[in-house]
Amino acid sequence: MAHTLGPLPYPFDALEPFLDARTLEIHHDKHHAAYVANLNKALEPHPDLQKRPLGALLEGLDSVPEEIRTAVRNNAGGHFAHNLYWRTMKRGGGGEPCGPLAQAISAAFGSFEGFKAKLTQAAVGQFGSGWAWLYVEGGRLAVRGTPGHDCPEMTGGRSLLVVDVWEHAYYLKYQNRRADYVEAWWNLVNWDAVTL
Amino acid sequence: MVHKAPALPYAFDALEPWIDARTMEIHYGKHHIGYVTSLNKALDDHEDLRSLSLEALLGDLGRVPETIRTAVRNHGGGHYNHALFWSLMKKGGGGEPKGLIAHAIRRAFGSFDEFCAKFSRVAIDRFGSGWAWLFVRDGRLLLDSTANQDTPVMSGGAPVLGLDVWEHAYYLKYRNRRADYVSAWWNVVDWGRVEELYALATR
Repeated sequence: MAHTLGPLPYPFDALEPFLDARTLEIHHDKHHAAYVANLNKALEPHPDLQKRPLGALLEGLDSVPEEIRTAVRNNAGGHFAHNLYWRTMKRGGGGEPCGPLAQAISAAFGSFEGFKAKLTQAAVGQFGSGWAWLYVEGGRLAVRGTPGHDCPEMTGGRSLLVVDVWEHAYYLKYQNRRADYVEAWWNLVNWDAVTL
Repeated sequence: MVHKAPALPYAFDALEPWIDARTMEIHYGKHHIGYVTSLNKALDDHEDLRSLSLEALLGDLGRVPETIRTAVRNHGGGHYNHALFWSLMKKGGGGEPKGLIAHAIRRAFGSFDEFCAKFSRVAIDRFGSGWAWLFVRDGRLLLDSTANQDTPVMSGGAPVLGLDVWEHAYYLKYRNRRADYVSAWWNVVDWGRVEELYALATR
């Protein structure tokens, strides 16, 4: 099974003015596409691993042969993280979640504002390229940043929401002002796609 | 001692068309200055560490208290690497090195072209933010890359050439095409400065 790049679930300009169309186009068609291509290339000599779903690859990195482990970690991680990133944004997103997710967030972080501050801090404070995640581990909600394309799935977690803080995610519009990008990103969160 | 960013040794547009003025302005004025500010902030309550040079701090991070070690590593490294990086470029740079460094490169890598190919490969393959380096350790000339703002100084090396491959170094002009940035960058390398650093590292 070759991994494939899914279409972006909205037009490139759907997330304006928070994320510009040019950034989205390069981000999806060049960066994300390259991770998919490099993942398939790494798996080429390994027909058994080609059958493995993306999530299972990330959860079982230890069983991936050492000579392709870093390539799989980076590129499968990149593919997975970008899929979640695209899916959990939409035009006219933002606001607050409702129902069980809202309750779980309040229970874990005190309040929605407390959660927002914590995820923002993880995103702004992640040094260099990486991501900031809301994820479930051991039945509890948690927040953390990861370097490169590492994801909570690599350490037994299940991710729910993510913000990309590689510079390529925001540099054309926000340059060095990562905090402004993260603040803008909150206006795009598609809470319907964030499922406990 | 309060750490200070040295003035950029040329105008923002001096490295055009290889590196654009806007990138240089933000890179120096925001990113580099940001590292210096954050480094000084981390050292604020540590009088004893403020008397140390940047090289001494980075060369022995183990003696920096754990509470500020990551901040010193990241921002001290960022300050050191950028100050060095600016000094390694000039308008009308490029070409091939002369003198001792030229000889050392041939001895270590076979030829100048082979060295360039290897260095470029290291720079392109560094995953995520980081740097590619040519450095001297124990008298030997070595090639490697580091993540984020880590620097060969942290492992006893003396850098003689370094290339920033954080996306902020090239994204406005080259976007996802890091390889194009790397190949353009060879046109601004100041080999005289590399020779100077090599002489210092091996004397």
